[in-house]
Amino acid sequence: MTAYSEFSVGEPIADTAAPDGPIESRWERRRFGVKLVNPANKRKMRIIVVGTGLAGGSAAATLAEAGYQVTSFCYQDSPRRAHSIAAQGGINAAKNYRNDGDSVQRLFYDTVKGGDFRAREANVHRLAEISVQIIDQCVAQGVPFAREYGGLLDNRSFGGVQVSRTFYAKGQTGQQLLLGAYQALERQIDAGRVEMHTRHEMLELVVVDGRARGVVVRDMVTGEIETHLADAVVLASGGYGNVFYLSTNAKGCNVTATWRAHRKGALFANPCFTQIHPTCIPVSGEHQSKLTLMSESLRNDGRIWVPAQAGDTRSPKDIPEDERDYFLERQYPAFGNLVPRDIASRAAKNVCDAGRGVGPSGLGVYLDFSEIIERTGRDAVAARYGNLFDIYERITGEDPYEVPMRIYPAVHYTMGGLWVDYDLQSTIPGLFVVGEANFSDHGANRLGASALMQGLADGYFVLPTTIGDYLATSRLEPVAADAPEVREARAQVTERIERLLAVDGTRTVDSFHRELGHIMWDHCGMERTEEGLRKALDLISELRREFWRSVKVPGSADTLNQSLEKAGRVADFLELGELMCLDALHRTESCGGHFRAESQADGEAERDDEHFSYVAAWEFTGAGEAPVLHKEDLVFDHVTPSQRSYK
Amino acid sequence: MRLTLKIWRQEAPGATGRMVGYQVDDADEDMSFLELLDVLNEKLILSGDEPVAFDHDCREGICGSCAMVINGEPHGPQKATTACQLHLRHFRDGETIVVEPWRAAAFPVVKDLVTDRSAFDRVIAAGGYISAPTGAAPDAHATPVPKANADRAFTAAACIGCGACVAACPNGSASLFLGAKITHLGELPQGRPEQDDRVVRMVEQHDAEGFGGCTNTGACTVSCPKEIPLDVISQLNRDYLHATTGSRRSA
Repeated sequence: MTAYSEFSVGEPIADTAAPDGPIESRWERRRFGVKLVNPANKRKMRIIVVGTGLAGGSAAATLAEAGYQVTSFCYQDSPRRAHSIAAQGGINAAKNYRNDGDSVQRLFYDTVKGGDFRAREANVHRLAEISVQIIDQCVAQGVPFAREYGGLLDNRSFGGVQVSRTFYAKGQTGQQLLLGAYQALERQIDAGRVEMHTRHEMLELVVVDGRARGVVVRDMVTGEIETHLADAVVLASGGYGNVFYLSTNAKGCNVTATWRAHRKGALFANPCFTQIHPTCIPVSGEHQSKLTLMSESLRNDGRIWVPAQAGDTRSPKDIPEDERDYFLERQYPAFGNLVPRDIASRAAKNVCDAGRGVGPSGLGVYLDFSEIIERTGRDAVAARYGNLFDIYERITGEDPYEVPMRIYPAVHYTMGGLWVDYDLQSTIPGLFVVGEANFSDHGANRLGASALMQGLADGYFVLPTTIGDYLATSRLEPVAADAPEVREARAQVTERIERLLAVDGTRTVDSFHRELGHIMWDHCGMERTEEGLRKALDLISELRREFWRSVKVPGSADTLNQSLEKAGRVADFLELGELMCLDALHRTESCGGHFRAESQADGEAERDDEHFSYVAAWEFTGAGEAPVLHKEDLVFDHVTPSQRSYK
Repeated sequence: MRLTLKIWRQEAPGATGRMVGYQVDDADEDMSFLELLDVLNEKLILSGDEPVAFDHDCREGICGSCAMVINGEPHGPQKATTACQLHLRHFRDGETIVVEPWRAAAFPVVKDLVTDRSAFDRVIAAGGYISAPTGAAPDAHATPVPKANADRAFTAAACIGCGACVAACPNGSASLFLGAKITHLGELPQGRPEQDDRVVRMVEQHDAEGFGGCTNTGACTVSCPKEIPLDVISQLNRDYLHATTGSRRSA
């Protein structure tokens, strides 16, 4: 048997859907090029959408408005609770309402560069074009964006770019955008055009004659296994940051929907590209179940520091100025505390590794507001950040007006995901992937306020156009409810559930998840080395065997069983983690959120465009079996790749 | 910390439930309340029992999933705080804490602390939206919105749909939830064309779901983790009256 790390390289893949020619008009030409579905035929076609976040909720509502029959699923008790709801900061759009020199071209450029030149130009340009329509759409739906006294929309700057293009609704932008999509979805449910299934989890994809034709889901209340068939399937199931156990993701976020599709033939692209956000509240103990983000906007006014001497345990107030190290300001005088997320995170890790971290665990740095409070007064700071200071106080019991906040980096977003072409179609015909679940637009690092933009661009505007082309050009015969492929998919689901319940071992699901998280964080986190990644591959494969030998899942399959739900998800994370480590091992360059210690110059990430200017799309060959790597070469015709510098 | 928990256990919808006592000896004051339940559940699983089922997801106070009555109060004793953001430093070592599901006719228990809140979705589906099909929108600056209206809309839109207002209300009314959506959409010029139909249909659905009427006790706004103000209910009443009297359509 070949070792897992002995992967082979298969045929390269090409994005065959993207038109060529001038980038400014590619999307327009693609829209003209798509075949349309006759409205009378739309009513006879059914599309399944898995997930109800910004991408899935907006897609389901828009497809139903267009006349299709839609079946929608979410694991939460209501479509309004998808994790897009927790996004704080804002959503970017190239409106140039500030007259500060913004444009579609500039948003395109910033996003390609911010992604460290590992995203597809044509997709990113389309995203920038559509950004302006998203704001119009959301305002029309009643999203209460922040406004100025003249009644027009307010903007703020975000994520280190030089223009103010971020629209926001206090620190609850994700919530307000999601409620807009959710209400549009509920309107279609009421009109009978969307069949909504809450508390349902997709556990298998049904592929017939090489095309995605349905899903097998479990009703999480009754345990019933159901098959749903359709003409096309859309996955909008989010990212996989919970492979690290601790992350800013919701507890239920998981990789199962995309991983099941991957096992059925969809390629998984750039799995190692994960974003670690620098400003999260540190872990307080082994009981910790999740991490909470403190908005990036705090770095506009807070100063980050640690004691200059290792082992200095004095309270922060007793440490005089000249015994503090404002390490970002010292190392990056030009950008200071406002360096991009990946750089700020690594710098914090380095000072903590050197023994200068603060707090009970030593894994934290100070984010200090004393200077701004002294300069502008407590009330001015409260007006700007009061909400965030309250959240901090609630979680830590410390008052950030009096003592500096303690922060530490945490896993926040995954840029990788299922490979899709320009039409957002995966390598399985009829399977489309939108939002964080696909890999397409953010390259190796996502800029702040761009996730909401991508989710809604995909769901409101891109997918509803491109999926029509697939449906209009494919001859789809009805699938029988007892077709062999359907029976096989159902059998896979029931067998797996029976297997999980049958182990009846000695360890809880959470204990395995926690251990996997430690392995991933230590070896496939902020800094990766060949030695560490090889070790992680061994540890994960051993842990997976141990899981199937000694996991304990109480209860039965025919009732609400949260342990069983978690067990299935963790089993998939145990396979995904291995692929992430392999992807990180093979990519010997550093780029964006992927930092290989072996590839640096003067302590900064060093890209290797000669060898790695490609998307790594992996083909599944069996659990624990060496996968096959397919490369999609990235071509930069409009932006010239350069080495990022923030010094 | 050592804590005693008394938790409502119910196997299935309609099954007879009961309060069951548990002891957790190694609680930590930095734990969230849900992490305390995590610790208890790990022990229960290893001892061969079924863990306590409860809804939770984001654990940062915004998704509205978590829903439990702690010592008689929805989401527990801390003001403006969901159960997931409530930490054990607000309890005393040795304390006994009583944990129950939301109690309301319109929110039947599914299992243990998990309830069925789908009635809220149906109330929204009955008109809690602005009909703006994708692609039909004018430029975002075409209609300025006075800041005062925008701010009031935002305050009302902050509702997370958790259902604490219903659990707190002696009548099991969802008037605060309903009023919040009426106020959010009605404050905006985009929401005005459908204002009358919206309030009539949503009130009808609210009543059909088995939520009770409002008697102005104000318990809802006290329990609301997002501090939705009570005046959204006056707005609801005003809009309903306007929509159902005079030359306007009748209910």
